[in-house]
Amino acid sequence: MILLHLLYTLRSLNDDEEFTDILEERRRNTDLGYALRTFNPQPYKGAPSCSTSDLNKAVLESQYLRYIAKEIALETGSSVEKVRQEARGILEEMSHNLQLGFIRLMAYTFNKVFKRLFRSIYVNMEGLNMLQQAIQESPVILMPNHRSYVDFLIVSFVLFTYDIPIPVIAAGIPLASMKVVGEILRRSGAFFIRRAIGSDKLYWAVLSEYVRTIVRTGCAPLEFYVEGFRSRTLKSVVPKLGMMDMVLEPYFKGEVFDITLVPISISYDRVVEESLLALELLGVPKPKESTTGLFKASRVLQEDYGCMHVNFGRPLSVRQLCEGKINRSEYNLIPRDLPQRPSTEIQDCVNWLAHLIVRTQEEGALISPWSLMACLLLQAPITTLTEEGLQWHGLTEKTLWLRKLVLDFRGRLNWPDSDVMSSTVALHHSIVHHKAGRVYLVQDGNPASQDPLSPEEKVMRTAAAVLMLVSYRNQALHVFVRPGILATAIHITKSTQKDELFSFFCFLRDVFSSEFIFIPGRASQDFDEACSLLQKCGAVYISQQEVTVLETGLEVLSFLQKLLQPFLESYQLIFRYLCENGAHVFTEKQFLPAVRNLATKLILSGDLHTFEVLSSDTQKNVLSALRRLEAVTKLRASQQNEYKVNKAAVRRTGDILCKIICDIPVKIKLLFCVRLENFDLFLPCCL
Amino acid sequence: MSGFSDNIMRLSGRMLSQYPAQRDWDGKLTMAPHPGIIPTFSIVTLSDNVPEQEIMKWNGWGYSDSKFLYNKKGQAEFTGKRYRLSGMIIPGLREWMESTFSANLQHKTPAAPILNSSAVQPPTLNEAFLKELKSTGIPFSHDAEDRVFRSHGHCLHEIFALREGKIGRVPDLVVWPNCHNDVVKIVELACKHNVCLIPYGGGTSVSSALECPPEETRSIVSLDTSQMNRILWIDEKNLTAHVEAGIVGQDLERLLNESGYCTGHEPDSMEFSSLGGWVATRASGMKKNIYGNIEDLVVHIKMVTPRGVIEKSCQGPRMSTGPDVHHFIMGSEGTLGVVTEVTMKIRPMPEYQKYGSVVFPNFEMGVACLREVARQRCAPASIRLMDNEQFKFGHALKPQVSSIFTSFLDGLKKFYITKFKGFDPNRLCVATLLFEGDREKVLQHEKQVYDIAAKFGGLAAGEDNGQRGYMLTFVIAYLRDLGMDYYVIGESFETSMPWDRVLDICRNVKARIVRECKDKGVQFPPLSTCRVTQTYDAGACVYFYFAFNYRGLSDPVHVYEQVEHAAREEILANGGSLSHHHGVGKLRKEWMRESISSVGMGMLKSVKDYVDPNNIFGNRNLL
Repeated sequence: MILLHLLYTLRSLNDDEEFTDILEERRRNTDLGYALRTFNPQPYKGAPSCSTSDLNKAVLESQYLRYIAKEIALETGSSVEKVRQEARGILEEMSHNLQLGFIRLMAYTFNKVFKRLFRSIYVNMEGLNMLQQAIQESPVILMPNHRSYVDFLIVSFVLFTYDIPIPVIAAGIPLASMKVVGEILRRSGAFFIRRAIGSDKLYWAVLSEYVRTIVRTGCAPLEFYVEGFRSRTLKSVVPKLGMMDMVLEPYFKGEVFDITLVPISISYDRVVEESLLALELLGVPKPKESTTGLFKASRVLQEDYGCMHVNFGRPLSVRQLCEGKINRSEYNLIPRDLPQRPSTEIQDCVNWLAHLIVRTQEEGALISPWSLMACLLLQAPITTLTEEGLQWHGLTEKTLWLRKLVLDFRGRLNWPDSDVMSSTVALHHSIVHHKAGRVYLVQDGNPASQDPLSPEEKVMRTAAAVLMLVSYRNQALHVFVRPGILATAIHITKSTQKDELFSFFCFLRDVFSSEFIFIPGRASQDFDEACSLLQKCGAVYISQQEVTVLETGLEVLSFLQKLLQPFLESYQLIFRYLCENGAHVFTEKQFLPAVRNLATKLILSGDLHTFEVLSSDTQKNVLSALRRLEAVTKLRASQQNEYKVNKAAVRRTGDILCKIICDIPVKIKLLFCVRLENFDLFLPCCL
Repeated sequence: MSGFSDNIMRLSGRMLSQYPAQRDWDGKLTMAPHPGIIPTFSIVTLSDNVPEQEIMKWNGWGYSDSKFLYNKKGQAEFTGKRYRLSGMIIPGLREWMESTFSANLQHKTPAAPILNSSAVQPPTLNEAFLKELKSTGIPFSHDAEDRVFRSHGHCLHEIFALREGKIGRVPDLVVWPNCHNDVVKIVELACKHNVCLIPYGGGTSVSSALECPPEETRSIVSLDTSQMNRILWIDEKNLTAHVEAGIVGQDLERLLNESGYCTGHEPDSMEFSSLGGWVATRASGMKKNIYGNIEDLVVHIKMVTPRGVIEKSCQGPRMSTGPDVHHFIMGSEGTLGVVTEVTMKIRPMPEYQKYGSVVFPNFEMGVACLREVARQRCAPASIRLMDNEQFKFGHALKPQVSSIFTSFLDGLKKFYITKFKGFDPNRLCVATLLFEGDREKVLQHEKQVYDIAAKFGGLAAGEDNGQRGYMLTFVIAYLRDLGMDYYVIGESFETSMPWDRVLDICRNVKARIVRECKDKGVQFPPLSTCRVTQTYDAGACVYFYFAFNYRGLSDPVHVYEQVEHAAREEILANGGSLSHHHGVGKLRKEWMRESISSVGMGMLKSVKDYVDPNNIFGNRNLL
């Protein structure tokens, strides 16, 4: 209830608020003057200002690190001094070195760059005002989504502009190894975390103590990506909990009165690295972050990327959110400096909070007309897009229809006043082009090469273009997911019984919980939301026990069902692969190309209609879904990420997905209510 | 909760010696000893010497003649002659009250002036019990005033109700046993006739311990120990004194002082609280660093229970005879029986006493200093650290200075600390110190403590500041009455915790109070302040004051209780204890199980079931 209320207030807050273009003033004044402006923010009132060296010293001399160092020394037989030396090295590699001078340099550079890249950068002032307040009250955690390299320092840029303390930012270590740039980032407040920490105990200890000390002292706002990394698909990623644990622990242990979480939603009309992302998803390796690479990328400066929106969400009090969910006294009997594994209660709470933040980011994101067009374009047969072309008139009309649906679903639109459709298509000339009343998908030609493309290469070429479209569709997906799943449940079960639909809804929600963001433990609220949205737009009529499809609602239901169809098909295909083709034990390295090959074959033979299964993201999501459903297990002993598959379990999941056995609705219900691990109990009596 | 410091009394020329007790050299009582708790008509033998007027307030703290008020000029003044502050103008208090609480002299909430006896329920008397009681000759009364006086402690809700003239369930009868044997007789009769007994000592409880359980249907008898107030003997060879448990703190100290001794046990309430009450609640004294808390001071206890009298067979200083049965008695809060006589350690009176104070740039440094003092085990008789708000509070209580020179000097000091030393007046805090012992050692000790303080940025800030700090503790309860005249209600509560959690608990609890007040619709920012008031090897005791202006609230006491409840939850969630020395009573009962575990509760319960199977001692505290 509280949560719903929270989401509501957030929404209503955002609905009436004004966005201000921060580039407008920049264009009128000099960059240098801006960079040298007086910067005099109001810091956290509980914190004495602490320098970088104070921070590092506090970390190294903490009781916690002393304890861990002793423990490691004992385990490895090396000396404590040596371990501590190692810890010092780790900290040196990790720690930020925030300096105002470099913030000014960053601001100067960004000003130049942003003014070329973007027409406008819109920021909601009310959110900023609330943030300014919040920063004085308690330690603040800034939690933006991450869709592009461009947004890495955008928050710092905005905060500098509005006299708010500059955050320190958790970044991946590859950034640190970039010559010069790494150092500039470090001095702009970035601290660097290794990618695969694994079971390196000392590294974990240094990192967690570093993060906790920042939060505890409140010396600067902390910024990190709860999704863990840049989303390659522009779709929200299931949150990672490591950083979240560290950040929240000072509250759980009573070392701070409260912590404020500020979800920040960054949305782009057009993402700078759109084509790179698509290629990466198709298995073309991502170029290593390097300074020279950065300069090469400077050709992107020639392009127009439309607008960017930075939406600062309402600050959320961790104390308020956790009230009644956890009992902090579990930390009372062990010195708080010692490592202590949190109870499941606390772990669940952290997981819940992390999901809540990502959902709130989604709620705060702005949906562009282009995202809606992408939804529609992807529902056209591929040959229409590549050869015959899609009727422009039909597309624009349908987009307007979809706009209304989004508003019904309380989505937040970024809808410019004039000339929406053609300017949108013009902005995305790299993906579609509009000619003689028809729209075509742009496929990267290969003019340098004389050789004709092989059929497989052609598939890949189309796939790259399709996956770009897919990313933009993904930006709108969160609005449609819940009603979409209900529409899918209605479509598959053909049932009108509410409880039966709810069971199937829950099943789909479980299967797709690596794909879309569902807040744990809120299945029935999600279902209710889906029902009420579909009812609101006139698609269904909901009574006490039944969900009746209305004649007027067929268009909506069919749109929603088709929207999720690619996911269903992709999952089914991969399930089939795992059951029929694969071995019992496989590695991720074998799995990805094998699925890609199978899918390519099926696309060529006309048996598969979606290109999305070619995306490594989808493939990995299926794996993690199956792992959660315990149909696939990761072998712990294995060095190369080996997985073991329980083919029977996978087959059963797949069967339910295509409703082979669902003519026995009562039992299905039974089955879905108890999750998948209990399949074995159920299936014999059903088959 | 509140209190008084004997030292101030001593320095103030023994104002209290005026009150009408007359004793033999060894303290044998010749007339009513304790002001206010004066038996009325039924005590034939004593009534001749008893002054007719009430000496104690019936609906507020302390002596009737001592209170804060705003005089015609609108200046705060403390009336009476008993205290050092008595008769003085306190110029800063009004501004402090106005700025801290947004209180206004125009908005008054006066108390009902006299007790309306018709508001008191007629007593439910157990005639058979009464008949047999009469035959013993033990004095008793069922006069409404006597009963109301013993129906409460000093929790906010109790005093607030009295001021509004609201009287709930009160005892039906008051008895005044004169000695141990009288108590034995009363308890026997109570068991025989199934009467509920509630022991009453000084009446300073702040845990709802004296409240009559509303669900009690039996006749409730308040057993007032005030007449059992003799020092029965002093053993100079072993330095112990055998004392009746009804004696009040200040009397005990004064009588012992006359023989050149002291107990050194000085809880803030020692003007009014009794020895039996200390034992029953596990009291703690300000100077425990030298003399110890009550459990360290007690050598032998005699308690009358429904099962009979419990006591040890000798006065050995320590025994290994299974779990110490004294620890069933200490902290039993009147649920098992009545403590009648106690053998206590005594010490020769200290040769020399000196106050002191240290100013720290902030609270964090202050706590670090106290921790270091505790680590080196060199704490003076008392060491307390007040936070910034409390420092300002103490400052507001500075009496009018007589000479221009003093105020000039004060100005100079302030300049030195804030400008020259760069202390932020809104962050600095002060530690108050009390040294005791022989002169040379005190001076040596003083130097050691000041040297440690200097390492934490502390500046010695004079004896006067220290002394005023201790004064705050004893006038605070009088101040609450003043606040209540002007829409301000408040109270204090305490806890103890390991050293590493002191700062966190202080910060979190204060912040929680502020946030809860806001959430509960309190219109003005509350006063939320704390002090570290005792140090131990492994932790500290922290005292919180919390008060707010309740204008605009329809049920201020309920809001107060909700906030205090939330504050206690916060303490427990952060690893603080349920109570350091106030006890549990009925106010904090709900947290007992989580505090001592179910098995622990079972152990206490089974003792209760054995000792008092019919719940004769039915105040329902603790369990």
